[in-house]
Amino acid sequence: MRRLPRNPAGLLGAGIVALLVLLALFGPPLWADAAARINPREISQGSSAAHLLGTDALGRDLLARTLTATRLTLGLALLATLIGTATGILLGTLPQVLPRRAGRAVIAAVDLLVAFPALLLAMFTAVVAGLDAQGAVLGIGAALAPAFARLTHTMTASVAGADYIAAARMLGVPRHRVLTRHVLPNIAEPLILNTAQAMGGALLGLSAMSFLGMGVQAPAYDWGRLLNEAFGHVYVTPSAVVAPALAVTLAGLGFMLLGDSFARAAAHTRAPAGGPAAAPAAVPAPDEPAPDTVLEVRDLTVAFPGGTTPVRQVSLTVRAGEILGLVGESGSGKSMTAAAIGQLVPHPGRTGSARIRLGGVDLDGLTASERRRLLGSSLAMVFQDPTSALNPALRVGGQLAEVATLHGGATRTEARDRAVERLDRVRIRHPADTARRHPHELSGGMRQRAVIAMGLMNTPRLIIADEPTTALDVTVQREVLRVLREAVDETRAGALFISHDIAVVGEVCDRIAVMYAGRVVEELPAGALHQARHPYTRALVGSLPDMDTDRSRPLTTIPGRQPAPGDVGEGCAFADRCALATARCATRPELRTRTGTHSVACWEVK
Amino acid sequence: MTALSDTDRGAPPRRSRRLTGRLLARRLLRLAGSLAVLVVASFAMIHLIPGDPLRRMLGSTAPKELVDQRRAELGLDQPLPAQFADHVRQLLSGDLGTSFFSSQPVADIIGQGLPHTLALAALATLTALAVAVPLGLWAAVRTRDGRRRGTETAFTTLTGAAVAVPEYLYGLALLLVLSLGLGLFPPAGLTGPASYVLPVTALAIAPAAMIARLARVETLRELDSDYMRLARAKRLPAWRLYAVHLLPNTLTATLTMGGLLLSGLITGSVLVENVFAWPGLGLRTVEAITQKDYPVAQAMILVYGALVLVVNFLVDLLIDVLDPRSALSASTTSGEG
Repeated sequence: MRRLPRNPAGLLGAGIVALLVLLALFGPPLWADAAARINPREISQGSSAAHLLGTDALGRDLLARTLTATRLTLGLALLATLIGTATGILLGTLPQVLPRRAGRAVIAAVDLLVAFPALLLAMFTAVVAGLDAQGAVLGIGAALAPAFARLTHTMTASVAGADYIAAARMLGVPRHRVLTRHVLPNIAEPLILNTAQAMGGALLGLSAMSFLGMGVQAPAYDWGRLLNEAFGHVYVTPSAVVAPALAVTLAGLGFMLLGDSFARAAAHTRAPAGGPAAAPAAVPAPDEPAPDTVLEVRDLTVAFPGGTTPVRQVSLTVRAGEILGLVGESGSGKSMTAAAIGQLVPHPGRTGSARIRLGGVDLDGLTASERRRLLGSSLAMVFQDPTSALNPALRVGGQLAEVATLHGGATRTEARDRAVERLDRVRIRHPADTARRHPHELSGGMRQRAVIAMGLMNTPRLIIADEPTTALDVTVQREVLRVLREAVDETRAGALFISHDIAVVGEVCDRIAVMYAGRVVEELPAGALHQARHPYTRALVGSLPDMDTDRSRPLTTIPGRQPAPGDVGEGCAFADRCALATARCATRPELRTRTGTHSVACWEVK
Repeated sequence: MTALSDTDRGAPPRRSRRLTGRLLARRLLRLAGSLAVLVVASFAMIHLIPGDPLRRMLGSTAPKELVDQRRAELGLDQPLPAQFADHVRQLLSGDLGTSFFSSQPVADIIGQGLPHTLALAALATLTALAVAVPLGLWAAVRTRDGRRRGTETAFTTLTGAAVAVPEYLYGLALLLVLSLGLGLFPPAGLTGPASYVLPVTALAIAPAAMIARLARVETLRELDSDYMRLARAKRLPAWRLYAVHLLPNTLTATLTMGGLLLSGLITGSVLVENVFAWPGLGLRTVEAITQKDYPVAQAMILVYGALVLVVNFLVDLLIDVLDPRSALSASTTSGEG
């Protein structure tokens, strides 16, 4: 047992099941006599000192009978589970061995059977096989089999695609041998883990059958049979149903808890660790922005509990009509910076910043509803994956229109017209028609443009585009970039364009901020990209192939890796990978203005 | 997929509607096929019984003449193909046979019981959905991103436990406490609206717990999706965020589950009907099976099976209508199946 349950519920389930097994082993020798003793003077009694849970219609002790019945109940359930799982596994693996057509027929049959409720299959089988314990066991076994066959088939099919199976096939290993040597061992564990749940299902099913009089018959008795007998007198001695009913409930719960915790153990191996940590305080830096500044961020820091700080004291300014590119490798904190500006940092992250001003308004100075109104009307966001950014259940037009009705105060007709107009503006053909469609009817490029159109519904001051072209193919990328550029030029909004692709950024942006390990290391005009000074930016630019690149030599790469947000040290984070690094780099260089609009955080470059 | 993404500047693709028509045809065909298999199975049931089913029915002491007479009445002395042809012909004309013991036409028995069974199952499903969907949504919003671990543990433990208890035990508990103990509701039969309360509750508890769990998981997943991030970025008010953007996307899985549970409920009602002596099909089914009234048992299996198939068919259609994605993906992937 590699996967003993560790959570309290799983332990409780294991405890209950262990108790049941003990009762099944030792119950009958201890209480079978008391359970069989007929006492005409104590018929159908309630609870008393001699009979804790009362007696049945023949004066037999109900507690002793319930405890004794554990063995038969569990035994029959085990038998039914074995029959069900064996049949199921056989049916589920048959398609692997049989000729293709026959295999399909088996799958179709299983699909058909799975649709039928278990009890119906059990009753059908019991009618055929007889109204006794044997019939009920066969019935419940038959009822369990289809689900197991489906499970086995699904897992077999998923394993069958693995490379090692393909290799075995190529080597000419016969199919039944591939099945027993390669497939079954790989799916054995989940199958076994599922048996705990199946056992619970079998126990409940058998009890139901016996309760209805289709299972165990007198003089034998399982819990279901006890329930059946007690139910016959329920108006006279209602308390008699309590003991067997509790036993069935307890067993059902026990197997469920155990099965659940097995399933959970199989699903994921470790729980995330970490406790709360205070967001680091930031020191305000005083200086007033230029009047046409749409976004001003000062000393923005995002921290997560456990010491991870993906964004460290980032300061950015975006002016009206300008696109600021934010470049960096994955993990450099660029997307988190965008999320923090949009106040969308995922829980449990904390934002600490001296100031975020959007259109000249300080976000910290607003109440929650004022902030929502401001962000809703003046900030537009475009995310990376257009296939998932639109709500699949709603029509495109409606998703656009709601921005205008909710934040812009437009009527429904106005909003709809505006949605069509905006779709047209982002160069979507047949905009009225498209507005009536669902997102899945649009191509990726159309969807991304629809998202941009959504951002343009109210006149935004700032557009944040987080890797808007990464998920698109190259020809569509250009289209989206052009639409973004046009939108900025027309609306005089500012844009923050986030990308890992320095070539794209250089093309579409006016200015560029390069991020590394949570900090901005260089900020420069896009036209000056080839005069970049920071060694990291130079390496990024240098890794780009252009027309003059010597194709016979490998492309330049940057040796080493960016440190994870959790273990950024005191000094310059790039020092480990930097050819210019010296002892000074153990102290972190500040971002300093070199010429006009060009700032660099490096000791070694001028 | 590249072919799809290059429809960009051309007319938007028009495909889902036509495929839905084809999909409907495909689903109808599958339903018809399943029903045919069911008819064969219910016909075969009596022939699969080992030994002589007539002997089983009438007992080993019955005189041979009676057994032969009954066999002739049932047509079981005919050759098998003729029997099957008769069986199908009778089914098509609405004749489901005659009870062996009461000589009542089976069609009448079903006509009397079916409305009561359907009422029970439908009410229980509606009750379960009405309670579970808001509950699951509430739990998801309360516990998203690992907030409020305590609430999460309590929710999953309680609903998990509620699922593990079979409906007839809820029935017994409700009967003991609320009816026999406190006398609040009638214990048995259908005597008025109050009679519905206990059976419907007994049937609805486990499905409600299951749907609530599922609704929570679905909601959590959707809360994490990009379109919800975008919706939050649009600063929509909470009601719109959850009711308009979130709910439709969680409903598909929830309704699928609800549909599966509904067909489970139809058979779960068999047990609950027996606890509350409910005048539905379940009571008569168990009676027929335990009395070895094979014609009735045969018809009951057929009716329950058909009910389940039709309910599943309707749930599939409902999902196609509600979720345009599943129609598209089902029609493109079911081609191989």
